[in-house]
Amino acid sequence: MEMDRTVVAEERPTIIDTVTGAIRENYLNANYGLKSWFLTVDHKRIAILYLISITLFFFLGGSFAVMIRLELITPQGDLVQAETYNKLFTMHGIVMVFFFLIPSIPAVLGNFLVPIMIGARDMAFPRLNLASWYIYVVGGLFTLGAMIAGGIDTGWTFYTPYSTSFSNTYVIATGLGIFVVGFSSILTGLNFIVTIHKMRAPGLTWFRLPLFIWSNYATSIIMVLGTPVIAVTILLVALERGLHIGIFDPALGGDPILFQHLFWFYSHPAVYIMILPAMGVISELVACFSRRRVFGYKFVAFASLGIAVIGFLVWGHHMFVSGQSSYAGMIFSFLSFIVAIPSAIKVFNWTATMYKGSISYDTPMLYVMGFIGLFTIGGLTGLFLACLGVDIHVHDTYFIVAHFHYIMVGGTIMAYLGGIHFWWPKITGRMYPEGWGKFSALLIFVGFNLTFFPQFLLGYLGMPRRYYAYPQEFQVLNVMSSAGASVLGVGYLLPLVYFLWSLRYGRIAGSNPWKATGLEWQTSSPPPTENFLATPVVTEEPYQYSPEETEAEYAMTKKENVNV
Amino acid sequence: MSETHSSLVAHQFDDGVQQKQATTLGMWVFLITEIMFFGGLILAYTVYRIKYPEEFHHASKHLDYVMGTVNTCILLCSSLTMAFAVHAAQEGKRKLTMIFIVVTMVLGAAFLGVKGWEYYTKYTDHLIPGPNYDLNHLWEGAGLLPKTQLFFSLYFAMTGLHAFHMLIGLGLMTWLFVKTKRGRFSKEYFNPVEVCGLYWHFVDIVWIFLFPLLYLVDRSH
Ligand SMILES: [Cu+2]
Repeated sequence: MEMDRTVVAEERPTIIDTVTGAIRENYLNANYGLKSWFLTVDHKRIAILYLISITLFFFLGGSFAVMIRLELITPQGDLVQAETYNKLFTMHGIVMVFFFLIPSIPAVLGNFLVPIMIGARDMAFPRLNLASWYIYVVGGLFTLGAMIAGGIDTGWTFYTPYSTSFSNTYVIATGLGIFVVGFSSILTGLNFIVTIHKMRAPGLTWFRLPLFIWSNYATSIIMVLGTPVIAVTILLVALERGLHIGIFDPALGGDPILFQHLFWFYSHPAVYIMILPAMGVISELVACFSRRRVFGYKFVAFASLGIAVIGFLVWGHHMFVSGQSSYAGMIFSFLSFIVAIPSAIKVFNWTATMYKGSISYDTPMLYVMGFIGLFTIGGLTGLFLACLGVDIHVHDTYFIVAHFHYIMVGGTIMAYLGGIHFWWPKITGRMYPEGWGKFSALLIFVGFNLTFFPQFLLGYLGMPRRYYAYPQEFQVLNVMSSAGASVLGVGYLLPLVYFLWSLRYGRIAGSNPWKATGLEWQTSSPPPTENFLATPVVTEEPYQYSPEETEAEYAMTKKENVNV
Repeated sequence: MSETHSSLVAHQFDDGVQQKQATTLGMWVFLITEIMFFGGLILAYTVYRIKYPEEFHHASKHLDYVMGTVNTCILLCSSLTMAFAVHAAQEGKRKLTMIFIVVTMVLGAAFLGVKGWEYYTKYTDHLIPGPNYDLNHLWEGAGLLPKTQLFFSLYFAMTGLHAFHMLIGLGLMTWLFVKTKRGRFSKEYFNPVEVCGLYWHFVDIVWIFLFPLLYLVDRSH
């Protein structure tokens, strides 16, 4: 029998420097060349591939936002006209939702950290993991091609019958790109579920898992259960548009509202695909920078699962004015209030973690505090919208736009950036410049609020979303918003610059620059290809921080770090 | 590490047991995503069945339930031979495994052949949704029920997606056949056969739902 099925992990005697005892070889310098990256099955390298590709999409989606905000400086259409404007907000939404936010934390930080945090050598299915990146790229290129060919103007929601019968833009091509990219999300979720179930290190019981793992597990459940539904929905839209099969066409007996049900069955839970991993990041960071155990660990863990489950039962709150029966509306309204409870549990527990903690204000912690504030505003305004009467007043206005940007940008992107800063020394082995880090975190916070808070007011005053022109009286708030967006843009560009700079000039981080707990900090930075030289054994619960004991020690190391 | 690592165990796993459990769980999770995938279509079918009971009743009469029954039998038999293939692989009987895989593939292909024939008759009867769709020449009452086309749209979407899964299944079987022929499986390592078997049975079960929904429900009167 041939024995070539798999590669046996090679023994590498040269891995440890005999003089200093330091580990010389890591996942970055284990081998070189394009092939070693494009055919890698190492979860850490796949995370880097994802990091680069989603960063490209982030700035592409951002450039559409720049155009939108430029157009909205004046009440009349001068930079672009209606058709182009419709394409701009559509492509902004599609790129940001499907190609940045959904893969962001799971595919980059999750891919990098999940196996390390549970003490595994890799994901359960490394080749499937690589396949998921390729699928992402293929879907991305497809959508990109459709955008270059002329774009799409349906809004990221693809509402029928506009998308199936009336739009003259590239709906099918864009839809197929999203259909394809969905499978990368499914494969990532599948890999996480199996890895977390089957690959945990000895002693690592479920209640010893970091909360980042719990939240990514809950996210994976949504990815696996929700994504197939959007896939089949988009398939039906493409069939309807291409072959006129009648599923969503009232002329042939179809029901456009069925599309909305199917679409939101995925796309509401998709919001939790974006925010749950962010919550996981916040739990890790808040414990480390408060030097305290996460308050109410089990509540936070189960809140993730609660959000994943209840999140599937609230989609109808997007259809309060679509002619849904008022009883259905009342039930969906009630359930939408209920889903706020697990989120609130988390916010209370994070603040309780900080209470009497020994807080230090490093860049990741600034992002945490930004997240907690902005997510709370986003969540509370979500309750306004869950309320039937209020929703009818602010439906389809800038109030909605502001609300979900507080969750997606103020929540997810803040946590994503906080996480990237926190684990950057682990990923690259080098520190980013702390001063610049704090400065841009502050810039992002200020810029974000200046951009989106005026939109709450605009929406409340009745400015509808998705219009390229508006009455004179809304100009002041729109100019404020555009000014804020330029600050926000600089805030996002700065990290791009200093992270790249730090790859070469950043201070060597050492294996645990934050004196954090967690298995990822017990291996070297950057970690070796197999993550740990020997399989770790876990004997205690996570977050064994103690504010009194570590404060002095932590202050010392920080001083040392400054002197270096 | 290398003493405990047989070459049949991929580098990320500690041992064969962990590998086997992980692969099997992975397939189950994948099948759950498949349920949701078909679930969207079955939901659409249910909604319109309730909305247009008369149309669906009359339209479904134009499906060939004899062909459907034959195909159901073929598919059930293929699931049986698939189970035999897994059992043979478990016992390390290479030849027998290969035979059962081939029989499974032949049955799968027969299913697709019958399905293709059914599609062809739908084409000649002008029952394919689109500009050429016409039920009037088959049934004079069709003029009063203009929404019957929806039934055939759903019929083609659901059975088409199912047939696509059958094609993937045939691809997997080919892969298994080559692997078995090269002697990659043994009593200790036959997990891929088992996991592909799970997939095959799943596609079978989907048909077990589609067949009554499309061919049988509400047919008698
Ligand atoms: Cu929602």
